[in-house]
Amino acid sequence: MSSKEPVISLENIEVHFELGGFIDKLRSDVDTVKAVDGVSLEIGENDVVALVGESGCGKTTLGKTAVGLQRPTGGAIRYRGQDIWETKDSRRSVGDYEFEEIRRSLQIIHQDPGSSLNPHRTVMGQLVDPIKKWYPEMNPGQREENLFELLSRMGMKPPEDYANRYPHQLSGGEQQRVALGRALMLEPDLVLADEAVSALDVSLRVEMMDLMLELQDVVNTSYLFISHDLANARYLAGRADGYIGVMYLGNIVEIGPVDQIINDPQHPYTQILRWATPQLNPDLAKKAHEQEIPVREVDIPDPIDPPSGCHFHPRCPQARAICAKEEPELIDPVGEGTRAACYRADDNHEYWNSPSIDDVEEELTVNP
Amino acid sequence: MTTREQATNYQHLQTRAEDDVILEIRNASVRFDMDRGSARVLDDVNMDIYRDELLGIVGESGSGKSMFASAILDAVVEPGILQGQIIYHRKEGEPIDILQLEPDELRRLRWDEISMVFQGAMSSFNPTMTVRGHFEETIRAHGADMGERMSHVRHLLSELYLEPERVLDVYPHELSGGMKQRALIALSLVLDPEVLIMDEPTAALDLLMQRSILSLLYDLQQTYDLTIVFITHDLPLVAGIADRLSVMYSFQFVEVGESEEIIRNAAHPYTRALLKSVPSIDTPLDEMSHIEGESPDPVNIPAGCSYHPRCPIATSICVEQDPEFFEVDEDHWAACFHWEEAADAVEYSISSGELTAEDVTVEPDEEDDSG
Repeated sequence: MSSKEPVISLENIEVHFELGGFIDKLRSDVDTVKAVDGVSLEIGENDVVALVGESGCGKTTLGKTAVGLQRPTGGAIRYRGQDIWETKDSRRSVGDYEFEEIRRSLQIIHQDPGSSLNPHRTVMGQLVDPIKKWYPEMNPGQREENLFELLSRMGMKPPEDYANRYPHQLSGGEQQRVALGRALMLEPDLVLADEAVSALDVSLRVEMMDLMLELQDVVNTSYLFISHDLANARYLAGRADGYIGVMYLGNIVEIGPVDQIINDPQHPYTQILRWATPQLNPDLAKKAHEQEIPVREVDIPDPIDPPSGCHFHPRCPQARAICAKEEPELIDPVGEGTRAACYRADDNHEYWNSPSIDDVEEELTVNP
Repeated sequence: MTTREQATNYQHLQTRAEDDVILEIRNASVRFDMDRGSARVLDDVNMDIYRDELLGIVGESGSGKSMFASAILDAVVEPGILQGQIIYHRKEGEPIDILQLEPDELRRLRWDEISMVFQGAMSSFNPTMTVRGHFEETIRAHGADMGERMSHVRHLLSELYLEPERVLDVYPHELSGGMKQRALIALSLVLDPEVLIMDEPTAALDLLMQRSILSLLYDLQQTYDLTIVFITHDLPLVAGIADRLSVMYSFQFVEVGESEEIIRNAAHPYTRALLKSVPSIDTPLDEMSHIEGESPDPVNIPAGCSYHPRCPIATSICVEQDPEFFEVDEDHWAACFHWEEAADAVEYSISSGELTAEDVTVEPDEEDDSG
């Protein structure tokens, strides 16, 4: 989120999926999943934005939209100000960049490195194709030299040895490093790292994230880091002076600088994620365990039929009647850069006079 | 001093004689014979598990944790060869050696006395059978009273925040991952076992669900006087609920002690490095760093202390001899010759209490937030 023009800007992005087959469509009996429902986000140069949330919150869909792999059903996505999908659809040039160039600038590393690498090709084979495509002037000797340089940079020494290995001859951490190397080789402007460290052993995660940050300095790229784990998000974004965005059922409910999200979360959902992240300090850990589970419902609601108003209200320990009626927008009451979509962030909101949601629910439903 | 071949050492087992031991693991080894040599994936392990405790077993992937769990129930997969003794002390009656049991005795013991929740609950259910079917089949196979057990099941399910009538009549694929995992925990408790062994029971779940399940386990353990062995690679996850922690490295235990003591004053250089390397929410960012080197190949375990190639304080004795357990403090044992120097050599810190802004190192933000 630099003051300069952002690399990627998402404006009011909606990604809605229609469920149901041909017959359902004939009968217009189609369920719609609003995977992403009106999200705006900007990613600047050399930025690190971490998106956290539970499975099904839409973080992966939003991530794929941000690197142009998922066409949004609403809203606009721009690469350096130029609409990506307009560029793709239009036969004539609509700006400074061709679609191919934009695609090259936006790369992705997946959660499972084992299945994103081709099992039939050596490390060298995996990495040489993109060089051939984008640097056709290089001769084989130069290509090899560059590759070895890259491998050593990634801690895979001696590179001659690693270059001739097949993916199954690498450990999980090494496979993920190859996948990272492959993405960064094209000097992208933005890399989507979707749960890129989640499949690794906890003791290897810091190492992988350190490598990502080290290579960020070399390549000048931004990361959109997606994780269900607040501790990983804190490490990567915190080290890079980045941001954490918290997603819940298709919306960003809170976004801000790392220390504010971790130490002073505004949205009750962020506070609960914070509670759910284990702490090493035994006193704090014990305290958290003795506490009752601070949600009214343990399970996430069905995304086909999300709750009215604030989607979080059925689980929110602080919900009041008004939360079920209207959906709060992201606001920044303190002016410190953190924005939260919760009425509680606004001291003057009518929320504070609204009756507790439990009273209202009792009137509406007959509980056993 | 002993050599690696005779490195059985029992010092750490004599800590609390007054404690009621429910499981004794003695000289347990698992070997896989492969083309490129014999892989020892559990290396002469000794451990006592106390009645009604929650024992956390932590270590990196491939350190032998899951093998330890399988060994307790004599469930090591073919062609693995398990040797040693696993003594189970029943509430009443003579202790039994699990490895000497006949197949049908073993089957009975496995649900009635000791049950297990494996990694990946998703595949533990039969997709063609309702959830109720799984419970009924288990109850029937063990000849328990159907009516009485099923009402226990309903009770268990509601304690795990599941609506019994809704959950019982659906097929496994109709439940979310978290619901399936909770149903599996209920299934493992259906016959009131004494011991519950859980191997990464929450690995595939979201944080919130993970944490909720841990809180539920904590309550269940208190309510049903359960002994729980909780195996995970995620140290912070188990640290808060375990009574004792036991750290595995390279197919052996390297440190064991009370949970809080291990977190605050880890004595083995590996445990200390592990504590440093794990991303947590409260550790200062610049204090986290990774462990140099790689964990050993089971076919080719380094001689002496298997951690010596990665250890910053290893000396020649570490290369020559396998360390026995040294007493660090009451109930706290570490298998390291130089444990007294470990604190200075590998420093780590845990947050002091509530998080403060200083704990998060963020450079002053010079740029505006235009997003």
